[in-house]
Amino acid sequence: MKVGLFVTCLVDLFRPSVGFAAVKLLEEAGCELEVPRAQTCCGQPAYNSGDKADAKAIARQVIEAFAAYDFVVAPSGSCAGMIKLHYPPLLADEPEWAERAHDLARRTYELISFLVDVCGMDGVDARHEGKVTYHDSCSGLRELGVKAQPRKLLASVAGLELCELPGAEVCCGFGGTFCIKYPEISTRMVADKVKDIQATGAGTLLAGDLGCLLNMAGRLEREGAALKVRHVAELLAGMTELPAIGEPRR
Amino acid sequence: MQPTSNAFKENAHLALNDATLQRAISKLGFQAARAAAIARLPEFDKLREQARAIKDHVLANLDLYLERYEAEAQKRGTEVHWCRTPQEARDAVLAICRRLGAKTVTKGKTMIGEEIAINDYLEENGIVPVETDLGEYIIQLRHEPPSHIIAPAIHLTKDQVSDTFLTSHRQYGKTRRLEEAAEMLAEAREILRAKFIAADVGITGANFLIAETGSSVIVTNEGNGDLTQTLPKAHIVLATPEKLVPTLEDATTILRLLARSATGQEMSVYTTFSTGPRRTADRDGPGEYHVVILDNGRTALIGSEFQDILRCIKCGACINHCPVYNAIGGHAYGWVYPGPMGSVLTPAIIGIEAAGHLPNASTFCGRCESVCPMKIPLPKMLRHWREKEFEKGLTPQRFRLGLKLWAWLARRPRLYRLATRLGMGMLGLAGRSKGRFRTLPLARGWTEGRDLPSPEGPTFHSLWAAQQGRGRP
Amino acid sequence: MSAARDQILAGVRRALGKSGSDGARKALVDARIEAHARNLVPKRAELDRAGQLKLFLEMAEKAAATVARVEHLADVPGAVADFLAAQNLPARLRLAPDPVLTRLPWSERALLKIETGTAQGSDTASLTPAFAGIAETGTLMLVSGPETPTTLNFLPDNHLVLLSEGQLVGPYEDAWDRLRAACRGEAWPRTVNFITGPSRSADIEQQLQMGAHGPRRLHIILVAEGSDGEAQG
Repeated sequence: MKVGLFVTCLVDLFRPSVGFAAVKLLEEAGCELEVPRAQTCCGQPAYNSGDKADAKAIARQVIEAFAAYDFVVAPSGSCAGMIKLHYPPLLADEPEWAERAHDLARRTYELISFLVDVCGMDGVDARHEGKVTYHDSCSGLRELGVKAQPRKLLASVAGLELCELPGAEVCCGFGGTFCIKYPEISTRMVADKVKDIQATGAGTLLAGDLGCLLNMAGRLEREGAALKVRHVAELLAGMTELPAIGEPRR
Repeated sequence: MQPTSNAFKENAHLALNDATLQRAISKLGFQAARAAAIARLPEFDKLREQARAIKDHVLANLDLYLERYEAEAQKRGTEVHWCRTPQEARDAVLAICRRLGAKTVTKGKTMIGEEIAINDYLEENGIVPVETDLGEYIIQLRHEPPSHIIAPAIHLTKDQVSDTFLTSHRQYGKTRRLEEAAEMLAEAREILRAKFIAADVGITGANFLIAETGSSVIVTNEGNGDLTQTLPKAHIVLATPEKLVPTLEDATTILRLLARSATGQEMSVYTTFSTGPRRTADRDGPGEYHVVILDNGRTALIGSEFQDILRCIKCGACINHCPVYNAIGGHAYGWVYPGPMGSVLTPAIIGIEAAGHLPNASTFCGRCESVCPMKIPLPKMLRHWREKEFEKGLTPQRFRLGLKLWAWLARRPRLYRLATRLGMGMLGLAGRSKGRFRTLPLARGWTEGRDLPSPEGPTFHSLWAAQQGRGRP
Repeated sequence: MSAARDQILAGVRRALGKSGSDGARKALVDARIEAHARNLVPKRAELDRAGQLKLFLEMAEKAAATVARVEHLADVPGAVADFLAAQNLPARLRLAPDPVLTRLPWSERALLKIETGTAQGSDTASLTPAFAGIAETGTLMLVSGPETPTTLNFLPDNHLVLLSEGQLVGPYEDAWDRLRAACRGEAWPRTVNFITGPSRSADIEQQLQMGAHGPRRLHIILVAEGSDGEAQG
């Protein structure tokens, strides 16, 4: 199974550890992994801002870069969703690209759902003592149906106690460009989310999208909360000795 | 009402800092009620599919359904008024009122009425409109617009209603400040009873128009719509073309979704089908029955990328589940229709230039679409509005430049690698000891409300390349 | 307004790319209306007589209506008098001038003052005949007519409704079929009311209060005996 890793711009720029966690998990699942060099962004910022021309150009670039793989896997529901659900209608009016977009869409998956639904993974060898809570990022949840899969793998982590987050399915307020355009509303949404998170009594917050995680971690820090924030892949890959998101690094 | 949608950010700011408003909107129980109701109806999702198909079929044949509706309605004594614009609709209503020498007009809740600002127009012409839906009555007394399409006074606390009644009911000899909601309801009921009986004309909206019988349908929990449409000399219905459904069975199907999606009730208390004026031998009922079909931009959406909003049945589910609405309430949106459906419909009616913020103030979380009984792809249409804005150059300049720069870099992977390696390297260095930034130039919006976690420093691609170079284990 | 009508219709046809004189399309639309086919009917409503009764009672009570069951039509005046007494209401009743109601043995309740006609502002209680009872949601179907004025359903504080078990149906669709049959050849009624419980509002701080503008109480007198099990009214 030749898998191309779609790193995502946020993982590439902010937290490469997530990318390495994805690599570890995918290789453990028996995938032959490559990271094509000609990838940068999935095009969501342009697409969601109404700039179809740039979105299309970036989409074509992604299609080209990932043409040779059996599967394309991204540690992000929003980027995987962009490729899987939005590339085909985006390029529907370009005959040469429309079919290629469909083809890429068929081969593209969000990381955790790929591990469970395609690789058939039903557990990991990791161990984590403590209470953990999980936020369902909107794109992964509603565009790709990612809900049960991370919970299934977390259930297999020795010592881990999962406390369901009330309002797990409520948006954290990141929304890509939204948090820049409407920062005050975004701040209110993340403050509400953080209230719910703290009420669980969990020591660690997990999610499958780095945008959400940076947003929630940032607010938790601002409120002086003691929680550790990580991408779910890091914990599943047993990489929790790394500083959590927003923690100092030596 | 005059749109203030362009002041959305300011409106939202006020709303976020309005403690009374925040207290009021924190009590909304619609989400839980809806969830409970649909849990009791296993066929809910199948019904959504059927409802969507019914409306899509009507839209594909809207001209014929309109003609058939008109013929059936006229056969039963209805006068149908076709109006292209709000002014034509206002004039049609005024003409009826004038001819009947109307002094007061009672009103059931009608969003079309808000859209055409019929109350102001009637008042300007010496006719007194009286809102009878309790929420509408309260906001009429306060000279406020509705903040929700189902629960117009949802932004108010009980205390605020108390204050309003104290001031406004003095003229009826009421001098006691009421504390309990039950007392307030009783007082409003007593006062409005006289208005119902005195009214010369009654105006309602319509949840549906039925082609088969030429009927209009309203749903209420209070019964005010029924008193409004039965007691006066004339009943005027304000509707738009997309309210049409073919048959009674089709209306029934969609009615199974409406109350459940709106308030979590299985059925509203009063669901009323009206067909024509009173019959000759009837002892009560209006002598005249008029239906105003107002276009105001609806039919222009047919065949456009916004057509699907015409399936909207105004249940409010999208509004109730929207995290942005739940943070700022309805007035911030600046016009008649708030929340997700409002953000798609408002630009279609008043123009994207006057409502530019609305489609942008969304994270595309998709909850609205997931709860919409008519399966309307709301985020997709919000994005289409953003595309229109981009084409028209309405996107704010700084934002547009930032996007352009990002896209320009993203299309040049080698340059992108270089730039990001440098940028993240510096940022990572600056942020490594604390692990996060309390403030950061160019990121004030973010850092005002939260810290920015520091990047690790090296980018994934640079680390991967280094690993590959070394030969990975 | 015919210029507006023409413009609106022309606009629709232009947007659809269709002609208004397309016979085939018109035939399709007409056929669909003529057939008035049922869409999906919830399983909940597909019940036998006993099931309909049980569900109707359950749903009506959930909607805060009250139900009194009697065997015979002759028991109805007594049921009315009982209700009024239990609620401490004056012994007065405005009756819909429907023979089903007027020929009930009211003289057996001499203390009960009966008047017929449309509702007056001072009426405290009314009694109207239902056209059908819909088990699916515990809903009463009431139809306007010369003998069933609509104001009786809304003006008085207390609304009593006479419903016979034979008038019960499972889903709304069965009720529509009954009304179509009853109206065959005659005018469709001005008003068809579907009433599910008494009037209420939650407009003040989301607190549910009963008795907004319509009746505060809805009392259903469910009689086992009907005229012949067919729709009345």
